Formats: sequence, C-alpha cells, structure tokens
Amino acid sequence: MAAVSDVNQFVATQDGGNPFTGPPQGDNPFAKITDNVVRVMAAPRPPRAWYIAFGISLSLLTMFFGSIGWVAWTGIGAWGNMMPVSWAFPIVNFVFWIGIGHAGTLISAILFLLRQNWRTSINRFAEAMTIFAVVCAAIFPGVHIGRPWLPYYMFPIPNQMGMWPQFRSPLEWDVFAVSTYATTSILFWYMGMIPDFATFRDRSKSVAKRISYGILAMGWRGSSRQWHRYERAYLILSALATPLVLSVHSVVSFDFATAQLPGWHATIFPPYFVAGAIFGGFAMVVVLAVPARQFFGLKRIITIDHLELMNKIMIATGLLVGYAYGMEFFIAWYGGNRTEGFTFVNRAFGPYAWAYWTMITCNVLSPQLFWFRKLRRNPWVTLAIGMVINVGMWFERFVIICTSLARDFLPSSWGYYIPTPVDFMTLGGSFGLFFTLFLLFCRYLPMVAMSEVKAFHPSVLAHAHGGGSHGDHH
Amino acid sequence: MSHAHETQKKPTGPAPLHGLLAEYESPWELVDAATKVRDAGFSRWDTYTPFPVHGIDKAMGIRMTILPWLVLGAGLTGLASAILLQWWTNAYDYPLLISGKPFWSIPANVPIMFELTVLFSVLTTLGGMLVLNGLPLPSHPLDLKERFARATDDRFFLLIEASDPKFDAKDTRALLDSTKPAVLDEVLEDRATPSEFPKALVYGMVILTAAAAVPFALAAKARFSKSRSPRVHLIQDMDSQPKYKAQRENPFFADMRAQREQVDGTVAVGELRDDDHLFRGKIGPEYARTFPPQIPLDEATVARGQQRFGIYCTPCHGFAGEGNGMVAQRAELLASTGAGKGMAWVPPSNINQAYLRQQPVGQLFDSITNGVRNMPAYGAQISTEDRWAIVMYLRALQTKSAAGH
Ligand code: HEC
Repeated sequence: MAAVSDVNQFVATQDGGNPFTGPPQGDNPFAKITDNVVRVMAAPRPPRAWYIAFGISLSLLTMFFGSIGWVAWTGIGAWGNMMPVSWAFPIVNFVFWIGIGHAGTLISAILFLLRQNWRTSINRFAEAMTIFAVVCAAIFPGVHIGRPWLPYYMFPIPNQMGMWPQFRSPLEWDVFAVSTYATTSILFWYMGMIPDFATFRDRSKSVAKRISYGILAMGWRGSSRQWHRYERAYLILSALATPLVLSVHSVVSFDFATAQLPGWHATIFPPYFVAGAIFGGFAMVVVLAVPARQFFGLKRIITIDHLELMNKIMIATGLLVGYAYGMEFFIAWYGGNRTEGFTFVNRAFGPYAWAYWTMITCNVLSPQLFWFRKLRRNPWVTLAIGMVINVGMWFERFVIICTSLARDFLPSSWGYYIPTPVDFMTLGGSFGLFFTLFLLFCRYLPMVAMSEVKAFHPSVLAHAHGGGSHGDHH
Repeated sequence: MSHAHETQKKPTGPAPLHGLLAEYESPWELVDAATKVRDAGFSRWDTYTPFPVHGIDKAMGIRMTILPWLVLGAGLTGLASAILLQWWTNAYDYPLLISGKPFWSIPANVPIMFELTVLFSVLTTLGGMLVLNGLPLPSHPLDLKERFARATDDRFFLLIEASDPKFDAKDTRALLDSTKPAVLDEVLEDRATPSEFPKALVYGMVILTAAAAVPFALAAKARFSKSRSPRVHLIQDMDSQPKYKAQRENPFFADMRAQREQVDGTVAVGELRDDDHLFRGKIGPEYARTFPPQIPLDEATVARGQQRFGIYCTPCHGFAGEGNGMVAQRAELLASTGAGKGMAWVPPSNINQAYLRQQPVGQLFDSITNGVRNMPAYGAQISTEDRWAIVMYLRALQTKSAAGH
C-alpha cells in the first residue's frame, strides 16, 4: 500500500500535478480496478482542475445562499414573479433539477433489472448526480412559498393550528413523491457504496480516514452470507425504485396536468415529462462523466463505448420528447378547443417564440448529430451536446410554465414575465450547490462501483458463462 | 496495526484459535473449495470476497433470505398507514371541503399510498439487510490479519471457525490444504479490542439522548398546559408592515393626512342613514319613546340583546347592570389599596336607577351609540340592530329589578 502512494507521488511530479493519468497499479485485474478508483481518494491532493472547478462552484454556492437569503429577507418581490406568471423561475428550476435527478435511478435500477452490465461504470456517478440534483430541486419550492420557515405546513405534523395537509392536491403528492424519491435515492446510493467504503477503509492509511470510512462501511468484510442478502436487497431496491422513478416526474407533471390552464391540462404530460427527465438526466451524466474521466484517470473504466451508449439513449429520448412536442400541437388542433389551439400557436409564434425555438433547437435538432458515429464517439462533442440539451430542457420547462401562465383564459390578465437579476443569481447559484457537492463526491467517495465493475470483469464473466467445471453451480 | 494488538495481548497468554483462514487467488478456486467444505458438513464457516461471486450461494448451500417477506410486510404496512393517514386527517379529524370533492375518495389518495408503500419498503430493505447481516459489526478477529484487507480488493478467503462442531485442528487443515489455497493461516481470537463500548461514550450517548428529548417534552407540555404569555413568535415578518394607518401623517397628500376624506356631496353605499328613528333614536327633535318598526319586539331580539350585552357591557356594568363589572371591581380594589391614587375614577352607572328607567329608549340608544360623559361610544363596534337589541334587554333588566325591589 505504501508503494502505491509513493508511485502516485512519483507520477504526480512527472505529470504536471495530475497523479491519476498513469496506468493503475496491481498484479491482477481486480487490484487494477481497485487502484484506479482508490488512488483518487488516496492521493495527497486532487488535480489542479479540481481546485479551479471547486473555487468556481463555491463562489456560485455563496451567490446561491446570498440570493436566497435576500429573498427571504425582502420577500419574493425580489424576483420577477408577478401575476399572472406566479410560478416562473423557482418552479422552472425545480422541475429542471428534479428532471435531472431521474437518470441516476434509471441507470441504477432500470438498467440493472434489464441486465445492462455497462451501467456499472457510470451508475455511482449517476446516483450521486441524482441526489445532488434532488437537493437543488427541493430548495426551490421551499423558497418559492415566500416564507421559507413554514414548509412544515406541508407535512402531516400535529400543529398549533389543528390543521392537516390537503391530500387531494397534486402539490401535496409532490411533497411525498419528492421526499420518498430523495430518501430512496440516498439509501440506494449509500447501500451501493458500503462494499466500496470497506475497500476505502482497508486501503487508507490515515487514522481519520480509516475511522470515517470504517463507520460508513459498518464493518462490511465481504462475507458471502452477507453478499447474499445484500444482492437480494439490491434487487428489491431496484424493483422498488423503478416504478418510483417513473412516478416522481409523473406526479410533478400532475401539478400542471390537473390544473385547467390551457397548455397544462393534458393527459400526455406524465409520459412526456418522464421521457424529458431521462433525456435531460443522461445529458447531465455525460456532462459530468467526460471531465471526471479526463481528470481522474477513469478512462479505462468509463470508456468511449459507455459514452456512445449513453448518446444513443439520448437520441432515443430526444426523439420521444420531439414526438411529444408535435403531439401537443396535434391534440390542440384535434381537440378543437379554441383556447388550447391559441395557446400552442402562441407558444411557437407569440412573445415567447424565442424560448420555444431555443428549446426545439437544443432538444430536437442537436441530438440528431449523434446519428454520426464519429461525433457520438467524441467525448468533447458529447460534452458540448450534453450541455446544449441541458439548456434546452431548462427552456422546455420555462416554455411550459411561462407561456401558459402569461396567456390564460382571460385576456385582461395577460402579462409578460421578466426575470430580475436575483432570479438569475438563484438559478446560477443552484449550479454552484450541485457542482460543489459533486466535486466533493469525486474527491472523497468511491466514484465507481468497484465491486460491481469487478463482478462484471471479462475474466469473471468468461469463467462464469464459459461452463468450465462449474456448470453445476448455476 | 496488528503488531500493536499482538504486543498488547501478551500478558494474557496465547489467544485461543478462532479458525482457519484459506486464501485463494481467483473466485472459481474459492467456489471449488466452498463446495468441498459444504460437502464435509461444516456449519460455522464463511467465505469473504471483494464482489459477489457467481455460484457461491449454491456452493456454500446458502438458503434464500427472508428479506423479501419482511419487505412485503413493510410495504403493506406503508399502504395501510397511507390510507389511515389520509382518511383520518382529511375525512375524519378535520374534514376539508375542496371544490366540492368528496372527503374520502380512493383515486385522489392513490399517489400517497404508492409513495408510502415504497418508502416503508425501502427503509425495511436497507434496515433489514443490515440487521440480518449483523451489521454494523465494529470488530472481528479477522481484522488482526493484515492480509485479510485484500478481501475488499482482489483476494478470496475462506474461514472455518474453530467453534464448528466438526472442527478438528488436523483434519480441517488437511481438508483446506487439499483445496490448494495460496496461503493457509490460523486466526486467533481478538483479545485486544475491548468487547464493551467505552463507558464515557455510553454516558455521552445517554446524556445526548436525554437532552434530545427535552424539546419534545416541552412541546408536549405546551400542548396540555395553559400559559399567560403569548406564544413564542420567532419570525415577525407580518409585524412590521409598510403601510399607512388612519390618523397617521402622510406627506403624499396635500393635507398630510393618511386617511382620505369622503368626496364632498357623496354617500357610500348603505351609509345614507336617513331614518332618524332607527339610526339616531329620535323622532323629530325628541328622543323616541318607542322602538323603530324595523326592530321586532320579540324574545329573539331580547336574547340577542342579552348576548351582546354580555360581550360589550358586562365588563363595566356587570351582569345585572348594577355597575359592578370586573373593571369596576378592579378599580375599587386599586382605590382601596391606595394604588390608584391621583387617578380620577368615575364608576359605571347602575342601569337600574330610577332616572334611567324613565329615560326614553331613544336616549339609551344614543348613549350606547355616541357614549355619554365618561363612557366611550360603541356605535362603531356594535351594529344598529344589535344596539337596539341591547336597549331592549336593558329595559328587561330594569323592569325585572323594579319588580324585585
Ligand atoms: C368601559 C366601561 C363601560 C362599558 C364597557 C360600558 N359602560 Fe356604560 N357607563 C360607563 C360609565 C363609567 C358610565 C358613567 C359615565 C359618567 O357618569 O360619566 C356609564 C354610564 C352608562 C349609562 C347611563 C347614561 C346616563 O344617561 O346617565 C348607560 C345607560 C350605560 N352606561 C349603558 C351601557 C351599555 C348598554 C353598555 C354596553 C353596550 C355600556 N354602558 C358599556 C362605563 C361603561
């Protein structure tokens, strides 16, 4: 172990401060996988790019809490929210972030049930991303209520008013869906990390790290009797998380679909929202994965093939989203409701046309570039398109929320929403929170599910499926 | 680390054997070895691997865990809790009518039923897995073996415990030798790690738990006791409101008054009040001796008057109108102790005095509406009809006291 770290330090001096790009140490494939992941934690300091990114994120985070504090102090008049567009940025940001938070569980649960083994290299990542996105999302409704010290009204807590939450409201369903989702994601993530924490514990040299990773590992020693229950538990969690992940964005879409506002009141919303969430979530995974594999030397684990598979999923979900955009127009026309028809024409050609066409360009047109094999196997193109898609998905929520509210049934109440600088600071700041958490995760937690990657290592698979002398064990 | 443990252990003599540990370089060697150990009939043994090894369950004869059944139970409990919670809160304890929807209808309650089913199941899955696995487990004799750290990295271990009924130092070693392990080693019992938690830690936990219960105890106490002080009011966001109150100065207007005058020559809706008898208690220049025709002379009006009198007049005049209400009693008390020295105190009149019995009803009405001498006006607080009702009740009181004396 001492040798490993010495080599790291040696490489660090050779390689411009990045100790992670050299080949991993170890005399067998398992040890190599361990080393590739553990050296990030074991290294005395992360690469310079990490510090730069962390500095930026931390400043944005400060701005986030600053702007939220300002809103709490002065009231939500600091934002541009104004009748009739009362939901505006805070809810756009909420739906945006909660959407991002879908890919993680999708990758960990659904792809697990579908036995897509390639997921093992990116699932930890994606799960972490999910949790941080849900944290960002959860802050927005809490702030949007204007008096952020009162969200406990939403929970069924006996209180001095003798009142209870109203369970027939989709907004209340949202509270339960999002908090259940957050809890499940965190537990799923944590459970997946227990064996890896044990590896970290056994490989770290400082007492502080041994104790902290030791506590997190809960005394995991890799017993097969424990692995048996662990694998069962993992399977059950996947089976539970799969309908859950589909339910969360469906419930979020009910916030709109059960309202009578033209452009919201549509049965297509739940599947449309879920498809969009997966689309945006995958885009965020590649945005995070490309730099992380670059700077932390994980290219052997997160390969170009993995990126390509994710890009293919993005073409598919991008097409689904494009189909939904088209279908909304069709239903508006076919339904024969004049207000509904007007709403959609207004979306594409009204005062918010610029937002609408930004959305179409980013979400429907840009992923089409992935039809070219060369482009979808280029990590930097992937990164760029991933970012563009994230912009597009943010605009999708903006278009849905702001255009419908600004042009409701009563022309006398029509308006045009203009965000204030505080609105932009809150949005930008939420990225600070997200990236700060993510960078800390990269530095201190097992970024890749080592035990899963080992279990699916070609040498193990070849032996297990090659028959050999163990056919009787299967 | 293990060296430190071994030196500590010496004074107590050699530690007893915990078991035999065999190390393998590949998972399939381990599976073969496990099959042999299983067939030899051992029960207290286990294998340790960095990842779940395919086929090891069968090789070791591990039986299916009961975890799925626990999760099923938890899921059903979650479902039942959700149904109960929603029914109790929204249909029973505090029925809330929302746009005419039924108080209790299953479809609207399905999302929360689903969420709580999942939530309970998820918590049980993780919790159940940990409990069934005996985790957290802070220390184990294997921790003393430095090589065992590779169990979470790249090596595969098999441990047969010495406490197994079939264990025999020589035969078991021979059995393990026949599986061709890379290393075969003895594991000694762990005597270095204390088997009990440090006392200080335990006391610390007890104190922390007790301290954590205090806020809840206070909250519970507050729910069942009365207090004279207003409730704690942390966030005072509604207390200061940037607005102008009547009678305040407002530089915006030329006359500097926040309160705006009614536009000359206009009357607000419902404010005409052209019926002198009803609104002023007068017929011509004289106080009316009769009730206005709009006020029904019946028991209901007297009852209403009694109730309003109880609210607005008894604090000073007392229930029988004799001028001995709470306020009057308190004032007398203060006067008798000398605390109210230097304050002018006019006692509330006894309503049953002869001259008041003679007074026209219109004048009594006027006294309530506009106040009289030291008594404040109640016209702004009590509606016209209610003022007449009070007058009617006053008359009833006066009649009763006159009959009694
Ligand atoms: C804040 C205490 C207070 C309240 C409340 C109060 N009064 Fe009086 N009332 C007085 C006092 C003091 C006097 C004597 C005033 C004086 O002699 O200067 C008085 C006098 C009167 C008189 C005699 C007036 C006269 O012509 O001599 C009547 C009648 C009367 N109150 C009726 C009522 C009625 C009816 C109510 C309920 C609507 C009421 N009061 C509420 C304090 C009160």
